[in-house]
Amino acid sequence: MDYIQNASDDAAAMLKAVGAKSVQELFTSIPKDVRLGRALDLPAGMTEQELLAHMAGLAARNRTTDSHTSFIGGGAYSHFFPALVDQVAGRGEWVTSYTPYQAEASQGTLQSIFEYQTLICELTGLDVANASHYDGSTAMAESVAMALDHSDRNRILVSAAVNPQYREVLKTMFKQIGVEFVELATFEGATSTGGLAEVAKTAAAVVVQSPNYFGVIEDLAELARAAHEGGAKAVASVNPVALGLLEPPGACGMDIAVGDAQPFGIETSFGGPWCGFIAAKMELIRQMPGRLVGQTVDGKGRRGFCLTLQAREQHIRREKASSNICTNQALMALRATITMSALGREGLRRMATLCVQRAHELHDAVTSIPGVSRPHKSPFFHEFAIQTPVEASVLNERLLARGFLGGVDLEKSYQDLPRGMLLCATERITKADIERFRGALAEALREPR
Amino acid sequence: MIVDDTALIFEKSRHGRQTHLLPEPDGAPVEKLIPKKHLRKTPPNFPEVAELEVVRHYTRLSQKAFSIDTNFYPLGSCTMKYNPKINEKIASMPGFARLHPHQPDSEVQGALQLMHDLQGYLAEISGMDAVTLQPAAGAQGELTGILLIKAYHVERGQTGRIEVLIPDSAHGTNPATCTLAGFKAVSVKSNARGGVDLDDLKKKLSDKTAALMITNPSTLGLFEEQIVTIAKLMHDAGAQVYMDGANMNAIQGITRPGDFGIDVMHFNLHKTFSTPHGGGGPGSGPVACKKHLEPYLPIPRVVKVGEGYALGYARPKSIGRVKAFFGNFGMHVRCYAYIRTHGPEGLRRNAENAVLNANYLMSLVSGRFKIAFDRPCMHEFVIDGSPLRKLGIHTLDVAKRLLDYGFHPPTIYFPLIVKDCLMIEPTESENRETLDQFAAALIKILDEAKTNPDLVHHAPHTMPVGRLDELKAAREPIVRYKPVKAS
Repeated sequence: MDYIQNASDDAAAMLKAVGAKSVQELFTSIPKDVRLGRALDLPAGMTEQELLAHMAGLAARNRTTDSHTSFIGGGAYSHFFPALVDQVAGRGEWVTSYTPYQAEASQGTLQSIFEYQTLICELTGLDVANASHYDGSTAMAESVAMALDHSDRNRILVSAAVNPQYREVLKTMFKQIGVEFVELATFEGATSTGGLAEVAKTAAAVVVQSPNYFGVIEDLAELARAAHEGGAKAVASVNPVALGLLEPPGACGMDIAVGDAQPFGIETSFGGPWCGFIAAKMELIRQMPGRLVGQTVDGKGRRGFCLTLQAREQHIRREKASSNICTNQALMALRATITMSALGREGLRRMATLCVQRAHELHDAVTSIPGVSRPHKSPFFHEFAIQTPVEASVLNERLLARGFLGGVDLEKSYQDLPRGMLLCATERITKADIERFRGALAEALREPR
Repeated sequence: MIVDDTALIFEKSRHGRQTHLLPEPDGAPVEKLIPKKHLRKTPPNFPEVAELEVVRHYTRLSQKAFSIDTNFYPLGSCTMKYNPKINEKIASMPGFARLHPHQPDSEVQGALQLMHDLQGYLAEISGMDAVTLQPAAGAQGELTGILLIKAYHVERGQTGRIEVLIPDSAHGTNPATCTLAGFKAVSVKSNARGGVDLDDLKKKLSDKTAALMITNPSTLGLFEEQIVTIAKLMHDAGAQVYMDGANMNAIQGITRPGDFGIDVMHFNLHKTFSTPHGGGGPGSGPVACKKHLEPYLPIPRVVKVGEGYALGYARPKSIGRVKAFFGNFGMHVRCYAYIRTHGPEGLRRNAENAVLNANYLMSLVSGRFKIAFDRPCMHEFVIDGSPLRKLGIHTLDVAKRLLDYGFHPPTIYFPLIVKDCLMIEPTESENRETLDQFAAALIKILDEAKTNPDLVHHAPHTMPVGRLDELKAAREPIVRYKPVKAS
């Protein structure tokens, strides 16, 4: 099958206009001996009806956060979002446009990005946010590039409580060009600040996460102070929902905040596409990677929006650019923007508050089961670690049989947390879910091997 | 009718207005759960608007954007083809959209099977041995591919290979990528036919060369006729060949990079395989490589184990992760659906019709415009815009006037090696009448340049705003809304 409109009559007329006898004549610049000369070895095409049935079959082989009550977090969060998001963001004008190169014909896209940038600045308490980035992990890598670009130091301090996958991405991106990573230890689940100012003297940046991978709220003000005392930039990865309640990184003195706007109206979709964000102090605007939308006027003085400060970007600077980013995640940023606007001030407060309340109720429920304890004492937002007498992977299988998606297996990344599991509760979880989960967990723990 | 509504969502905010999406929190007060020092003093200044306002605001904004669904969008090198509606519906099925990436392999067998099979399809289409779907976009795919090459050379002790040769027609991401990988980008000239200047290539090729990064078909819309010779030259010198696969749409099912000497390449799923461009993203940039580079591919790999599928991490030579989780899975779903819809015949027909449409459109305008390279093109062609100056107009004027005729302009002023150029890619999706109308509009603008130059100079006249003061935007950056304080 295909979506080609022209019929064979059209093709004949067009070939005639071109002066070719056959379509094959148009491909003569391809050397004969490297032409395929056979059909690709792929399954035969399908009609839309056949395709739908086939895809539904594949989809049915997956369990979902709809079919099961889910307590999984660890960097991807299942939240409520309003029906209007799919309806409005799903409009063809949004879905099938491209990067707003022609500002006059892209004011809708540009204004929506300008609003997105504003919302991210409001959340983070920082001055400037870019038009979005691939995801939180790559946004963190870009923030490290910004810090390296701003410094002659070649070392990065990263908290052990930063998402392990994010740290892996940092290593892939920067170890190969000789950047050194030093891990910052944690105490009670929070990054240790003792002696940090001293080690920061040799570092370009101190990179932390709050709430961190254990769900713990970091003391960002103290971390920023120590980083700055050592002359390093302070970078925090943050959860945007948490910023509905928590002191924003900007107010804590952080230079750069990154994260993923996925919790706002973006499906978890097995890990992507999501919406990384990068926000920074104004003094770092020229190090900011990716697209940036600015406000200006047209010849008649009317307000308009355009891509701006493009001299930072690869298509101008080429080999001198400090980032190779081309696309952003505009459609995902749009979903986040619409969701944040629909939530509004009150909705955001409710969402963040419900997350905190349910997570703490979940904590109290599960730690009341004998043998289940939380290894950390520090305050948390909507996630927390537990340790139980049973391996997390085994426990998850038993929970699955009872209709639950359990928690992230922590031991894979943290050997010092044997039989550790990370549990998350968002506003999608009800008090009744928590009660049922407590029963299921207690039962699962009693199940013989 | 488009209502004159230019306010930002923040400017529509009125105290006390709200939507009713979530219940009033009924648990313990937050102050009892989180120490006060961690709580923010003032809430973020989110808008206070009711549901209809949100819907109308963003619906109206959508009407201020050209798109494939509403307009012909021949943006060169971006392959703005039809994005099938069914693929959107499929990607939003809960069985795909509501998967959490931390779910154990056993719970997501359908997703892993889809990724595994898609890797196989892309390997077959490219003539390569192995594929990773992890890179989030083309630019990240480039970096991934170049890092594979680096790891390959480093393992062989070839650490002196620090240069990457890049034709001067290349996209800006290519040299930027090399810098990120710690390589030095060395530019190679193009010849009069728009191909690589072999003499210049030989001059710059040395034992310091790690790789050549080539776009084929090139950004000039031309297939590199000397590609087999070039690949052999590189391989004989111990260097690798990377291909930017941005323009795969022209050659799918016709020829395969793996068969003409490429070692590693990336795909842009949003181009060749119609995953939507979404106003600038998400993209998706899978990387395909030959067997000798496979050990270095990012982890995790999707592998078949018996009758099932799993994520494999035991890859000691892997460059590591380039992104959290497994790539833009939602885009993989759409791409998979697109390939399954088309099958081998459909994909080849896409290439043939993309090339036919481009050549037809070129033939319609070649009498009035200077075509940069006078030979059949692939999926796109480039107009040399320098003669426009004699008419007193610029390429930019032509682009802006096209908007008044309801057409999105081509890519302009790129590639850099053709002066003032317009790069036009109609794709296979468009019908003959649309191409006729577009050509007529282009030619009419040339006539207007003589009869009514002001009309062209000050275009567009029908958009929500006129030409914007981009200099002002850069000099006095306003990159967020700030409420006006009541005095």
